[in-house]
Amino acid sequence: MTEDSIKQITLKVQRYNPEQDSTPHFQEFLVPVSRGTTVLEGLLYIKENLDSTLTFRTSCRMAICGSCGMLINNYPHLACHTQIEEFHSDTLTIKPLPNLPILKDLVTDLIPFFNTHKSIKPYTIRHETEEMENPTAEFTQTPQELETFLQFTYCVKCGICISACPTSASDKLFLGPQALAQCYRYCADNRDEGWQERFLLVDTDHGVWHCHLAGACSEACPKGLDPALAIQLLKRRLTSQAIGLRKKQQSSPVASPITETKAKVPFPEFTAKES
Amino acid sequence: MKQMQPRQNYLGPGGWVWAGKYKLERYLYLLHRITGLGILLFLILHLCMTTIFRIQGQDVWEATMALLHNPWFKIGEYLVCAAFIYHALNGLRLILQELGFALGRPTPPVYPYKDALRKKRPWTIAMIAVIAILALVFFYDFIVGGW
Repeated sequence: MTEDSIKQITLKVQRYNPEQDSTPHFQEFLVPVSRGTTVLEGLLYIKENLDSTLTFRTSCRMAICGSCGMLINNYPHLACHTQIEEFHSDTLTIKPLPNLPILKDLVTDLIPFFNTHKSIKPYTIRHETEEMENPTAEFTQTPQELETFLQFTYCVKCGICISACPTSASDKLFLGPQALAQCYRYCADNRDEGWQERFLLVDTDHGVWHCHLAGACSEACPKGLDPALAIQLLKRRLTSQAIGLRKKQQSSPVASPITETKAKVPFPEFTAKES
Repeated sequence: MKQMQPRQNYLGPGGWVWAGKYKLERYLYLLHRITGLGILLFLILHLCMTTIFRIQGQDVWEATMALLHNPWFKIGEYLVCAAFIYHALNGLRLILQELGFALGRPTPPVYPYKDALRKKRPWTIAMIAVIAILALVFFYDFIVGGW
């Protein structure tokens, strides 16, 4: 990389220290940027060279852990997944994700968000307690059955959908796109039998019916999860259940024990090591 | 050690009014709410006029009718009509999509990601075109003078 390819960009970062500040304020930092520099790398540069008190969450740096969700130029992004040159601007404004409480600087309190996720029982529920306590084999599932919910399993719980959702902005009790999408993910899984318990939790004024299909959650989701689609499919299930048109989902059986195994196929000759 | 309380950061009603860099459906959502509130306001005014003013006698009624012939009320009436067209047709789209129809099936998220609403956007744009045509027809009827 040549020196010429590096230019200076101003990162305008929202600062808030609950021990010192009564309200958040902005602080500007001049950061060197080259092709491919991500917003997270810009923040790490500030932390390492300009102001070590700047606080933000980060871990994997490759859009898997969901730690670095923040509002960049008034749109929620994962900082590690967003390159500075995408914005074609000399100044970037960085704020913590809205609709989530701020702990310090860019760090939001995700505990209420995780608690909402836990409240919809995001785990496999089966009626046969014995099999759940002492499993003998896996529950069978075809690739086609898996595809009915596979898209919704990629959630990294970054909180970006909550910050994009206009309903979450005005209704603090709303379960939010993340939890509702995960509710559908488990209800659509034919290894699960807990839909009745979950339907009771989401069939409320602050549950699935408060989604008005603005689609912002699906647009902003950095993992292409499409929570809006999952929520509408959940509404469809609830409606068809209420009017008695819902087809009964057959629970997948426990895999039968393997009685015989095929003979091992020998390695082809050209892969065999010369002795 | 002093326990710090997290600072609340809810956007509040401003969060659904401000659509910023979000795409088409986010703006349709906002317009759906605004037109809904507009139609509700019209309904309240309409009920007031046809009940409170009407029972106060012919003079009050005729004075009210004269007021309503003001060109500004004509424009207001057209806006209610346009709002009704939008709210009805977009409402039909929402009923269909909120019941899981016309959205497609879940697909593996392969980059660049395309959500279900974006895949169906040509149909949404067609709906907007129908709304625009109807709004123009009623504009000709209400404002220009009609056939």
